Amino acid sequence: MSSDSEKPQTEVKAEEKPTPPKPAPKPAAKVEEKPVELPAFEKGISDKLIEKFGDKVEVDFVKEDRVGIKTSKESVHDVAQFIRDDLHYDHAESVTGVDFPAENEIEVVYHLGSYTESSLARQVLTLSTRAPRESTPIPGQDSTKLPSLRDIFYSVEFGEREVFEMLGVYFDGHPDNRRLLLPEDWADLPPLRKDFAIKGR
Amino acid sequence: MKMTDIMPPGLALKKVDERIMTLNVGPQHPGSGHMRIVVQIDGDYIVACDPDPGYVHRGEEKMAEYRNYITNVPHLERPVIHDSCNVLYPYVLGAEEILGIEVPERAKYVRVICSELNRCIYTMYWLAIYGIFLGHSTMFMWPAGDRELLIDLMEKVSGARVTHAHFIPGGVRNDLPANFEDVCLRQVNYFEKRIKEYAAVFYDNPILISRTQDTGVLSRENAIRYGTTGSVLRASGVDYDLRVKAPYDVYDELDVHTNVMKEGDSYARSKVPWLDMMESCNIIRQALQKMPKSGSVRTKLKPNPKTKGPATVYKRVESGRGSLGCYIVSDGKTEPYRVKMSVPSFRNLLAMPNLLIGEKLGNMPSVYWSLNYWPVEADR
Amino acid sequence: MLKDLVTPENANVFVGKLGDILEKAIDKPLGYAINWGRIWSLWPVHIETACCSVEFGAASSPRYDVERFGIIEAFGSLRQCDLVVVQGTITRKMAPRLRLVYDQMPEPKYVIAMGACAITGGLYFDSYNVLPGIDGVIPVDVYVPGCPPRPETLIQGCILLQEKIKRMKARKFV
Repeated sequence: MSSDSEKPQTEVKAEEKPTPPKPAPKPAAKVEEKPVELPAFEKGISDKLIEKFGDKVEVDFVKEDRVGIKTSKESVHDVAQFIRDDLHYDHAESVTGVDFPAENEIEVVYHLGSYTESSLARQVLTLSTRAPRESTPIPGQDSTKLPSLRDIFYSVEFGEREVFEMLGVYFDGHPDNRRLLLPEDWADLPPLRKDFAIKGR
Repeated sequence: MKMTDIMPPGLALKKVDERIMTLNVGPQHPGSGHMRIVVQIDGDYIVACDPDPGYVHRGEEKMAEYRNYITNVPHLERPVIHDSCNVLYPYVLGAEEILGIEVPERAKYVRVICSELNRCIYTMYWLAIYGIFLGHSTMFMWPAGDRELLIDLMEKVSGARVTHAHFIPGGVRNDLPANFEDVCLRQVNYFEKRIKEYAAVFYDNPILISRTQDTGVLSRENAIRYGTTGSVLRASGVDYDLRVKAPYDVYDELDVHTNVMKEGDSYARSKVPWLDMMESCNIIRQALQKMPKSGSVRTKLKPNPKTKGPATVYKRVESGRGSLGCYIVSDGKTEPYRVKMSVPSFRNLLAMPNLLIGEKLGNMPSVYWSLNYWPVEADR
Repeated sequence: MLKDLVTPENANVFVGKLGDILEKAIDKPLGYAINWGRIWSLWPVHIETACCSVEFGAASSPRYDVERFGIIEAFGSLRQCDLVVVQGTITRKMAPRLRLVYDQMPEPKYVIAMGACAITGGLYFDSYNVLPGIDGVIPVDVYVPGCPPRPETLIQGCILLQEKIKRMKARKFV
């Protein structure tokens, strides 16, 4: 399973950073040398998305069993609808929030899978989108908001609630944006933000 | 049948909101585990349910950002200490990809054996608690006693009863002890013989059947819609097991059979893990046979290993409760930038409020525990 | 005469006073008998706080069988219990509940802190949601170290607690 972790470059990319963009300059020399052979089936999935949405989606990576799609917060709802109806992904495995203070953004990653389509059983589609980040968050009331995908993938319900309390990303259209795991009297920063430091570190 | 049809007329005449009572089940309750379930009941029937997890939320994901890829191993297995090999497995696979290391062939077989032993250890504990939730004391004593056989095996391998920390990036911590194959084969054969006897005392027991059949029915569509996984999904008729569908390590060389049941009720959900244990015994026997008899079990790493550069990986394995994923974002430093555990208990939790509505309150423990739910894991 | 003294309202007070008088009168032998009774019927509350509950469950299993030593299996109302085994990590969400459970139990009550997390925070010493030990929440009688402690260790802790109860004054709480 431990294959090459370098992301193969795809034709849409045309430029910059791999998924976790980081402030420090990285050893970028060896990446672009030879075009890597992309797995055909996974390439087909990403091609379908490009064909439909054009430059609204950006293919993050295509590797064995994994396809990564990036999109803006305006079009994430439409892209998710297309993924469910036409690509037959039917459930979300997890909703992850990743904080990028250097770019002033919070990334929300949906890992989507399929039980019904047997050819997709190995596949995981990574749909990521980004919300603006504020340095002093007021969860629920500031500009850190994203459209909820709960009406498309019911299974994101608890995942989005967790991202809301852990990173302060409010999901518009989610029926139940309450606290899930943290104590009721939690008044600090959302704990998974990078500027929330744990004691002694 | 509407609830008002079977109510005494005096009650049925009252307005609904006067009849409804809110009840806190847990965290100190014999039928709740480490969580609180707020239920609203109308007479004996549950009309609303709101699970309140988070009593064991320990911030594992935040802690993982402060430790390097090897020192993350001990605390990431704590969410499910009795399934500690499986809960570490996706993290270890992901860390190997990020660190760019190969695993020796023998180590992969050792991992499969340990993983299957742990699946049985987990399921036996789960079954013991399920027995006592239903007031079936024999079903607590038998599995709790029989699982000690396999714990002895794992103790020989790793030195610890439950928290093994045996899987590390690069292989497993140490090789199997001398003469392990014979002992393992003997114990596993005896274990399989024992668990077959559970059918007579538990699964064919008319009282159990009447208490669990047709309670908490999860249809195939809803099982997919709620994104459930593992035995809950397979009990609803979806044939999905990552060991078959997306094999990792050496599972593609082994013959794995998936147990599927159609009913989707508590009875089916309690029976599928039991069938899976017999399948685990088969897998262990195959792996013992095919395993290379000698060779290295570990690619040595430096104490603070360097990554190959920025990368993201998402790895999944089939744990005792279902598909367990680990999403690691690396920014090239020696510590991960973000570790996310996509745990099966958290995913199955979504089915609970939907299944309990319309059930009798007395059926709550049997539905709740049949979801193969371990609260510590859901909270992380 | 006694009939006039005891009314339904003060019956409990009267019986309690009677116990005091009896104990003062007979002192040592009766106190020993009371403690002897407490030792062999320690009844833990069913409050699971973290992963050590797995090993607590294993301690009641046939191989270890903690019931031999008078620790009854943890099923019952907390009003009948006299032992809290804190099974691992106490998070900030659980701490008020643990205190509430402890406060609702009748005297006398004893506490065993099981596992490294309940003693100092253990592996989670730097987590944002974990208390560094339960000493700040409830008083502890016996510490059982380990992560998790083996069932044998837990049983040893229970025996230590029994030794401690033996040496306690029977009526510590007035």
